[in-house]
Amino acid sequence: MSGPGPVRGLLHDRFEDGLVVASADQLINWSRKNSIWFMTFGLACCAIEMMATGASRYDLDRFGIMPRGTPRQSDLMIVAGTVTLKMATRVKRLYEQMAEPKYVLSMGSCANNGGPYWRHGYHVLKGVDEVVPVDVYVPGCPPRPEALLYGLLKLQEKIQEDRVLRKRAHTVGSLAGATLDGAADAPRGTKA
Amino acid sequence: MTSPAAGWARDWDEDGLDTDEMVINMGPQHPATHGVLRLELRTDGEVVRGARPHIGYLHRCFEKHAENVDYPGVMPYADRMDYVASMGNTLGFALTVEQLMGIDPSPYVQTIRVLMAELQRIASHAVAVGTYTMDIGAFTPFLHLLRDREKILDLFEWTCGARLLYNYNWVGGVSHDLPDGFIRAARDFLREFDSVTFPELLDLIIHNKIFVKRLANVGVCAPELAISYDLTGPNLRGSGVPRDLRKDAPYSSYQQYDFDVAVGVGQYGPVGSCFDRNWVRVVEMRESSKIVHQALDRLEAMEKADVHETVPKRVKPPKGEVYGRSEAPRGQLGFYLVSDGGIMPYRLKVKSPCFTAMSAFHHLAKGMMIADVIALIGSLDIVLGEIDR
Amino acid sequence: MDAEEIHHILVQRFGDAIASATLDAATPFAVVAAHRLLDVASFLRHDHALAFDNLMCLSGVDYPKETPPRLEVVYHLFSHFHFQTFALKVHLPRENPSVASVESLWGVANWHEREAWDLFGIVFTGHSDLRRILLPDDWQGHPLRKDWQDPDYYNGMHVKPTAQMMDRVLQGERIGVGPFDFTPPNRDLEPS
Repeated sequence: MSGPGPVRGLLHDRFEDGLVVASADQLINWSRKNSIWFMTFGLACCAIEMMATGASRYDLDRFGIMPRGTPRQSDLMIVAGTVTLKMATRVKRLYEQMAEPKYVLSMGSCANNGGPYWRHGYHVLKGVDEVVPVDVYVPGCPPRPEALLYGLLKLQEKIQEDRVLRKRAHTVGSLAGATLDGAADAPRGTKA
Repeated sequence: MTSPAAGWARDWDEDGLDTDEMVINMGPQHPATHGVLRLELRTDGEVVRGARPHIGYLHRCFEKHAENVDYPGVMPYADRMDYVASMGNTLGFALTVEQLMGIDPSPYVQTIRVLMAELQRIASHAVAVGTYTMDIGAFTPFLHLLRDREKILDLFEWTCGARLLYNYNWVGGVSHDLPDGFIRAARDFLREFDSVTFPELLDLIIHNKIFVKRLANVGVCAPELAISYDLTGPNLRGSGVPRDLRKDAPYSSYQQYDFDVAVGVGQYGPVGSCFDRNWVRVVEMRESSKIVHQALDRLEAMEKADVHETVPKRVKPPKGEVYGRSEAPRGQLGFYLVSDGGIMPYRLKVKSPCFTAMSAFHHLAKGMMIADVIALIGSLDIVLGEIDR
Repeated sequence: MDAEEIHHILVQRFGDAIASATLDAATPFAVVAAHRLLDVASFLRHDHALAFDNLMCLSGVDYPKETPPRLEVVYHLFSHFHFQTFALKVHLPRENPSVASVESLWGVANWHEREAWDLFGIVFTGHSDLRRILLPDDWQGHPLRKDWQDPDYYNGMHVKPTAQMMDRVLQGERIGVGPFDFTPPNRDLEPS
């Protein structure tokens, strides 16, 4: 960024004579964070709030965020709703079908740690981070659309700090920091 | 192995082609199954020969929770069953417990309950029709209807603080009184709904030639089948059976309101098709708007009362059991409550309307194309939270 | 026709197959001997004066503390023709409970009975497809019985709530009661 004064945006003052100077990482990450395509993984009540966030009032499309039906074409999996034990294997399989770099956002208290069903729910998975690594947790029951948007903006900040070119492939995305001998299951994440 | 050129020059012998049925799996993660539903379809090409729905991917052990928390604590869990129409669930549970305890809320509370239930019905049908048209292929009605639903959610949020899961109807009353200015805001919303949203919905979507052609002959459900598989609500009324619990066995002062029961008449095809079920939902939105107008008039004429007046300090129904029914937006919601005299229910079984609607699915889906299966699921308007509880 | 008349007709026709009845309850019911259930239900379904063509609800209930300990199946019936309701109950032993299936009378009983099998372990003889409906196919046990204990793991995932949450609650902390100081009317209830 430039010297004293308020913090400028990424591309501020760089358009002199049509010449843009930025690091490759910054440009790649800027373009990646502004077009996050998520897989609609709406399970329960949070799915309705996710739909409402994508609808006309709290528009997700203005951030470049678009729902896709298939894991093959998506960067982000928003686990919205309660994950049950029957569903947990499917969550893991769909996560594995996503292509790198991929991220997981756990929306709602049920996906964070079991939610209101934590105590007597014999069929409820106590948090989706038992089966997939999570990047951002959005609390709420259900979280307001603004809360989900805040979580997505936090994820954008996280993506901006990724290092695409200088590190090996699986240090990008939610497997960042994983080693080759399978420690990728350790949960980590930023609380939104 | 002959070369392809030689094959194309040969006459095809249709009977010599060996075909087989295919088992296709839809879900549990699927953009059009309205939740985590898994459908196993046995198809012959594109035509479905047999369908098997698999549920339970959202079984959240509601009935076990109900046995381990006290009655007011069950209310938030009841909210989360049919999460699109939460007022209906809590109203049903509150009415069931009140029936067992012999509580009669004041007319003011009853009018507020009717008002909220009918606003919720409009919102729920907006989601149903909106997502249905999205499944069929039209994306814009979804945005329009959800925009109008946001206005209803604004009213709810103003009253009780929550957008989707309110915990609003309590045993013996409601949680918050209506704020000042609510009636005027509700009338503003209704004015816009009656004059703009609803006619637009009818013109652009319901009488749309594509919509009609797509749905009018699909998923026909005969009345006997509907009764045998316990379809209720818009699914039953779409098949021509005029049963509405608000008229037949009125609760919470519904007998004082003047509204019609929407019934499918088969205006574009046989009675009981997907179009008829959708038609019933759309007409119910208008009837609900009528009821809301009357409820607002009543509220203006009534004087305010304390909404916590008849809420018991300790909810302890006497030993006994009751089966309470109410007309939720998706059908007849039944709560079978067994009480042993303690502060927690002994057994609470929920009969959810979507569960019974789904049980008829394997019968209705035979012989239709895969794309029509999507239309059928949407027309039954299922919410998996209610099916799996 | 009210509950007393229906009960009278049943007793006249089936005699002591109708073990008892409670007709002054909020929802009146009659207790039927388990081996005669299909006859009684069939009569209620097909008789013109009664015509109970709709099975509203089929529930299992577990009474381990009664003498003798029993499992009950409760059938709530409704007639569209005459607009009347009635309920039937069947008492079954807790070991090897089994009763005839009413799937041939009311199509919806197929799924209700599968659920009763899944959650209580009640066998419905004559059912075309009695298998689990809500829980996974390899689930052990029937959770809604009163003597159900949560297992620790299911296929490697935690079922019992994690120790961290449980300890806090057992020490008296009321999790979830946030900064809002809103005391509901039943405030003198002790935390359950």
